[in-house]
Amino acid sequence: MDQPKNKRYGMVIDLDKCTGCGACMVACMAENNIPFRDDDTDKLLSVSWMHVYRLSNGKPFPQAEECFLPRPCQHCEGEHGHSPCVSVCPATATDYDMHTGIVSQIYTRCFGCRYCMAACPYHVRQFNWWDPVWPEGMERALNPDVSVRMRGVVEKCSFCYSRYQTALNRAYVEGRRELAEEEYQTACAQACPAGAIVFGDLNNPRHRVHRIVQPDLAHGGRPRNPKAFRLLERLGTHPKVYYLTGRDWVRRAGDNEVQKS
Amino acid sequence: MEEPKSSAPSSRSEPGQGGQGDGAGGAIILFFILGLAASLLVGWVAFPALLYSEKRQPVDFNHALHNEIVDHGCASCHFFRADGGFSGAPKLAQCIECHREANSDDPEEIRFVEEYVKPGREVPWLVYARQPDCVFFSHAAHVRLGGIDCAVCHGPMGESTSLRPYQENRITGYSRDIWGWNIAGIKRNSWDRMKMDDCAECHAQARVPGGSVQTQKDGCFVCHK
Repeated sequence: MDQPKNKRYGMVIDLDKCTGCGACMVACMAENNIPFRDDDTDKLLSVSWMHVYRLSNGKPFPQAEECFLPRPCQHCEGEHGHSPCVSVCPATATDYDMHTGIVSQIYTRCFGCRYCMAACPYHVRQFNWWDPVWPEGMERALNPDVSVRMRGVVEKCSFCYSRYQTALNRAYVEGRRELAEEEYQTACAQACPAGAIVFGDLNNPRHRVHRIVQPDLAHGGRPRNPKAFRLLERLGTHPKVYYLTGRDWVRRAGDNEVQKS
Repeated sequence: MEEPKSSAPSSRSEPGQGGQGDGAGGAIILFFILGLAASLLVGWVAFPALLYSEKRQPVDFNHALHNEIVDHGCASCHFFRADGGFSGAPKLAQCIECHREANSDDPEEIRFVEEYVKPGREVPWLVYARQPDCVFFSHAAHVRLGGIDCAVCHGPMGESTSLRPYQENRITGYSRDIWGWNIAGIKRNSWDRMKMDDCAECHAQARVPGGSVQTQKDGCFVCHK
């Protein structure tokens, strides 16, 4: 069986367009059956695959500026072809797929040691401290394509992998092996009212992500677009989520260099 | 001086002990064999009988009879939807095409028409091959892309004249077809079991190109969701 060309699915988020409305978070919760509790204010205990952070330049009123930073799983490629979480997982519950570039998380395989959470520099991974409980009747609205996680396992953004699976199903029935750009899109990218999130294959020069980022694939996908940057670039994790901004302080914050004054 | 003292009683006591041991040993061996037989009976007969609850299908469907009449074999009732999904258990809409009224005086067909067709009630079929929630199975990939016959996984279902009982594992809630009908897990045909090992075995034989960095085999996300 011959395999279609390898993909490198990635995302570009324009921070100058993001208004911080949180539609991406809501769409993600609904799409991926993410559990919530009555009181979810303690963000160390809550689960959200897509999380919008608020950054501030820390200056007084006339110069005060804010920026909202949505953060899905960065799906790091790393220098050895996979992410830090994959290196440490003792259960092979998380894996890097060479065909798609997506870091998977298999909940039935995970035994909850949380080594991956410690390894992840982006706080992308979250632990289920409780079994999920949905308000009466809401369990009927769960997405049947995404399995529900139990207490005691780690979960994270999968770039809506179930959408990739169902899109491939359709392609196979229609006698195709390749997906068009719009056939596989994440829930957050489709929900964003500002059009700040763009998703696609970084290997494909026709896809919007490739044209925006112009990744230098020989050097870990470093962006050639001067407005584009990645979080904690200096760690060498080579994430596949890129951010765009024209503001210098935001860019510095993306590499943890804020608060030096 | 110590040595002969300690060795003498032991050498003297040996025949006596041996004599006593023979009688008690026989009883112990008998007790052991009886206990082993009882444990095996519990493990191989009583436990499996207790572990699975048995249900009858709501309608006793005759696959062989229908297969002779329909035009497209299995695909007449089990078909792909336009969105790529697979319609496994037929809906009433497919049955009604032929069974708006009873076509024969078969009491099972008359009961089906009276209980389901006339009130417009869907038949709550029990799906033998229903996989656990964490599994993503793509019929499109296996049937359309891989060209695998239905019988490879489902067995000669199309030749059956009556639906066998559905057994459900009381602990997991899974169909018995997943573990397989042989409690020891012995597999003679490709359709005897539907565990992850059985999927993996076939994927290895078919040389499905692996995408996993960790194992160089299939990535986990190929079959999990």
